[in-house]
Amino acid sequence: MRFIFKTNYAQDINIARHSGDRFWYSLLIILMLAMPFLIDDFYLGEISYVCILAIAGIGLMILSGYTGLASLGHAAFLGIGAYTHAFLLTNGVPFFASIPIVVIVSFMVGALIGIPILRLTGMYLAIATLALCFIAEHVFIKWEHFTGGNRGMAVPQPEIMGMSFYDSTTFYYVCLAFLIISMFAAINILRSPTGRAFVAIRDSEIAAQSLGVNLGLYKALSFAISGAFTGLAGALLAHYIGYLAPEIFNIFLSLTLLLLIVVGGMGSLHGTVFGAIFVGALPQLIAICRDYLPSAIGSQPGLEPMLFGLILVLFILYEPLGIYGRWVKIKLFFQLFPTYKKQTFKKQKVFTKSDRV
Amino acid sequence: MSLFEVKNITVSFGGVKALNDVSFTVDKGEIFTIIGPNGAGKSTLFNVISRIYEPSNGEIFFDGENISKIKPHNISSLGIARTFQNLELFENATVLQNMLLGRHIYKKTNILSEILFTNKARQQERDHRLKIEEVIDFLDLQHYRDTLINGLPYGVRKNVELARALCTAPTLLLLDEPSSGLTNEETNDLGFWIKDIQSLLGITIIMIEHDMSFVNKVSDRILALNYGEILASGLPSEIKENADVKQAYMGE
Repeated sequence: MRFIFKTNYAQDINIARHSGDRFWYSLLIILMLAMPFLIDDFYLGEISYVCILAIAGIGLMILSGYTGLASLGHAAFLGIGAYTHAFLLTNGVPFFASIPIVVIVSFMVGALIGIPILRLTGMYLAIATLALCFIAEHVFIKWEHFTGGNRGMAVPQPEIMGMSFYDSTTFYYVCLAFLIISMFAAINILRSPTGRAFVAIRDSEIAAQSLGVNLGLYKALSFAISGAFTGLAGALLAHYIGYLAPEIFNIFLSLTLLLLIVVGGMGSLHGTVFGAIFVGALPQLIAICRDYLPSAIGSQPGLEPMLFGLILVLFILYEPLGIYGRWVKIKLFFQLFPTYKKQTFKKQKVFTKSDRV
Repeated sequence: MSLFEVKNITVSFGGVKALNDVSFTVDKGEIFTIIGPNGAGKSTLFNVISRIYEPSNGEIFFDGENISKIKPHNISSLGIARTFQNLELFENATVLQNMLLGRHIYKKTNILSEILFTNKARQQERDHRLKIEEVIDFLDLQHYRDTLINGLPYGVRKNVELARALCTAPTLLLLDEPSSGLTNEETNDLGFWIKDIQSLLGITIIMIEHDMSFVNKVSDRILALNYGEILASGLPSEIKENADVKQAYMGE
């Protein structure tokens, strides 16, 4: 068990809490950098996809996990990012100029949609974001000049420093770099006044307001930031898919993102990575399992969505804090061994909140 | 000159008048207590002051300025802080994070400098922390800095809410039933703290309270409400002897 002796305020401000953090995360980054030498191209592609999912997960996590606003429409932002990026690349904008434009466009769209939509709460907000998802899909179909409509749109694969995106190693490094940048950006937002204001809105709107947090502004800001991260993920996803079609950005993709943050662990950035690994690996696992199941079950269509739903329900029931929550518990078990108590994580209900303020 | 003035405030919910033509003034540096039976309109009054409810009539003045049309999130930057009757803490955050939110109105960074976490952002965090440590020392919260609110006992939570309000460095503090749910010992401590907030920090306090011995000990002046109307106001000794107040509390 580690006891942290604090002698400086910087220790509460810094990202790494102690030298152990610094050591393990550096090791992780070195391992990730060495990955192309360790595994073959197929799995490298899969890891790139996990990185993209994690970036989108960070976006949704800031909105749902930290600001407490549900969204069933984040596939729309993936789509906006993907189409904007593909359109810019087709028109000769270089890759590194296109990405910032995509981020800014998704931020703006997020803010514009967020201002009216976030007057709603709870269930109604979920329905409104659901509508957003369908409207976006429809726009992608109808706005043919921009998106190619139902025919779809090929994504040009640019070259960076003489290396093509067709090379999975190059693409992997690009995805990894953007994931690391996104992670740092998200951590920085969350340890600043803006991130704390998000958490305040999640936990008690009325107290946040009385402490000077402008609810409308910060909710819209959260939606915009969330949109920006997801848009960035969309741009990378465009390269991963290679050919954009409107039906890719459907409600199922939105639900997959939701599954990602719930399974990963609400309210933690670790959760986005755990969730992304889970969501990225699950279709492969199901494909492998199909061969071993009796054919009456294994060859059923729609097995995947059903399992997704089942897993979501099981997590909400038995591990609301997701994989990260479980990880924290396991870690504490070994830290305190043999004195770990099961009750440590039981939420105590001392009193109930009434509606009176 | 009075620091705070409520003028002819009326609040109605449908046909029910929660407050009817209530007026009073609070002087600078005073501890002003509002008492009254349940449903007298005390909390409604607080919610009108912090602009959560819209009064159907009347005005509120703070420091000579009419605040009855100001947006709710701008109230705290004027220097008015409050606590809530049923705690409104940010439960999944630590005590420190809760108190740092009390410094939100002093935020100087924009989103871009926060994403890059520039030196300015870092310095700001440090400055906030310095202010917060003063409050932590003042209210003896040293043990709980990194504890989640979820895991704290009720008395400490109440204390944290008071601390969070103090972090905004207010000139007027609204306390909604600060002693409810506290043990005798904790109530005693609270009494000392409230006196200290008044004398050492120079903060004016308006308080809603039920514990009469506590009220008599700390208050400078008392206002008694019943059914949304003012029964009496005056020094603690006067209120104690007031016939209307006696009747409202104890019947005929």
